[in-house]
Amino acid sequence: MLAYMVRRLMWTPVLLLIVSIIVFVLGTYGPGDPVEVRLGQNYTPQAAERLREQLGLNDSPAVQWGRYVWDAIRGDFGDSYVFQGRSVGEILGPRLWVSAQLNIAAFTITLIFGVPLGFYAAKRQGTWRDPAVVLTSLALFALPVFIIAPFLIWLFALQLDWVPVSGWGGFFDKRIILPAATIGVPGIAVFTRLMRASTLDVLGQEYIRTARSKGLSEMVVNYRHIARNALIPIMTILGFTFAGLFAGSLITELIYGIPGVGRISLDSIFARDFPVITALVLIGATMLVFANLLIDFAYTIVDPRIRLQ
Amino acid sequence: MTADSLDQKAPQPRARSLKGRSHFRLAFARLRRKKLGMAAMTVLSLIYLAGIFAPVLETHGYSDTNLLKTQEGPDTENFLGTDRLGRDTYTRLIWGIQTTVIVTVATLLTGALLLGLTLGLIAGYMRGAVDSVIARVGEVVSAFPDILLIILLAATVRPRVLNWARSVEDGTGISGLVSSGFVDFVVIGIALLPLSWFGTMRLVRGQVLQLRNADYVEAARAMGMSTPRILFRHVLPNVISPLIVTVSFGMGAVAGTEIALSFFGLGVQPPRPSLGIMIAEATGRGSTATSVLTQHPEQLLAPIAVVWLLIFSWNILGDALTDVFNPRSR
Repeated sequence: MLAYMVRRLMWTPVLLLIVSIIVFVLGTYGPGDPVEVRLGQNYTPQAAERLREQLGLNDSPAVQWGRYVWDAIRGDFGDSYVFQGRSVGEILGPRLWVSAQLNIAAFTITLIFGVPLGFYAAKRQGTWRDPAVVLTSLALFALPVFIIAPFLIWLFALQLDWVPVSGWGGFFDKRIILPAATIGVPGIAVFTRLMRASTLDVLGQEYIRTARSKGLSEMVVNYRHIARNALIPIMTILGFTFAGLFAGSLITELIYGIPGVGRISLDSIFARDFPVITALVLIGATMLVFANLLIDFAYTIVDPRIRLQ
Repeated sequence: MTADSLDQKAPQPRARSLKGRSHFRLAFARLRRKKLGMAAMTVLSLIYLAGIFAPVLETHGYSDTNLLKTQEGPDTENFLGTDRLGRDTYTRLIWGIQTTVIVTVATLLTGALLLGLTLGLIAGYMRGAVDSVIARVGEVVSAFPDILLIILLAATVRPRVLNWARSVEDGTGISGLVSSGFVDFVVIGIALLPLSWFGTMRLVRGQVLQLRNADYVEAARAMGMSTPRILFRHVLPNVISPLIVTVSFGMGAVAGTEIALSFFGLGVQPPRPSLGIMIAEATGRGSTATSVLTQHPEQLLAPIAVVWLLIFSWNILGDALTDVFNPRSR
């Protein structure tokens, strides 16, 4: 067990280094010359050469990568090519925070609806309610953001006038409701389906029969025996979903005009602002890797029956 | 758990009449009784047929503009109206479907089947160092945030593939490589690869790891069967059922991602239509989505209805297939 944890912990930095190599290669050999982007109108061969020297672009790729990683570890992702004189950290920091808030709100919606719905559907297996819940959640899941967002805006902002059309005011502002719902609602299906499957699995177990035959009340059986066991597999997907949500809000942020990472990541791809985009991918990957690591360890703590080899 | 699953697999009254049929005919017979699954399959067939036969079904050219008739509602000449350049929405819709059809089928063949299945079989059967290498590569790939990596790949790979295609055109005299949209499909294919192969690989590997110690595989080995023969005759057929289920779920995701890529302008390039491009053009890349919905709903609703049906149907079919192939969940 301990050996497994140590191995996982030692592999993580290696994994991130490999990820950084790939990102760095894509950024360096991607289209567009950073010097050209920077100089723009003022491009002359002499100025380009000077800037190249100054940015260290004449060093070998390995040296450049080493420098990039060393700086990145200390939180310095270089300067943006497009926003002159501003560091990537300065540009991304506040935006990451905005996206994180939005996604936490969205994730809350997904969990609050998804898990109980799945539990409900499983308990009602064999009646029309089970397929109805599954079908409805799947129908919502298949709806692209392009339609959920305009529809929500049209209904709640334009027709009912409950919330403003767009904008951003932080986590406790009511303008977060629509975008959070836009991101969160499709995800409900994932959790409904998963919770339903794992509840069904638990329902067939001997210990549920034992619990009932002991004369425990239905409520105690439901919560202590069924729900708690059924929730374990949910944890696996939790990490994935959460790390994925951060990147999944691109289109939503665009439509609602939210100053998160969505807009900047698209803009920087089209503007060939590779320091920004590589930093984003690297941060995203780091989050994903650590989320998985945490989930793995949490798993063994919550469920002592699981012994990792 | 073994006693439990044996119990579940015990012959039911109906199964008697199906005796002697192969696993897949049995599965198909079960699928035929699933109304929703069959409905989803019908919808999918219709959409895919519409895409394949787009050149026959079109009523206009997909890039033909009619500036005297722009932003108009449906009539007898244009079944779904016209867009802001006076192009026929119906024609663009079926050509857009064709784009999605090509991308989903190509990704299925390359990512899921070729790469995922082969690597999974190899990793599971060989184990040891080969397995570790494949698993580690998979871990690295899955460490990236999906949509960002796909967008980054599409943006960085395109110019290279474009140059390569141009040089091939110049060198060999083959023309139309770039203009036919072939380059776009290669780019999307490459960008979608990381999304498509890892899941399949992991699934196949897990199945193979379980199967390789099965008695019948051992028996085959004892009889002196070669490794490839064991893999293809004895292991592969048992891996296919769970594979079909995952692929069915995955196709919806691939279709959705292709549409998102096109929406951002990183998928197929105009004038070739794609559902994502249609949504992007109708809504001004999302920013005017609401005004389109109230003024020209058909322009937004037509591509979105198809996208929705496509993703919905693939998921319903996946659900039905899970029930059909997995006796425990029935």
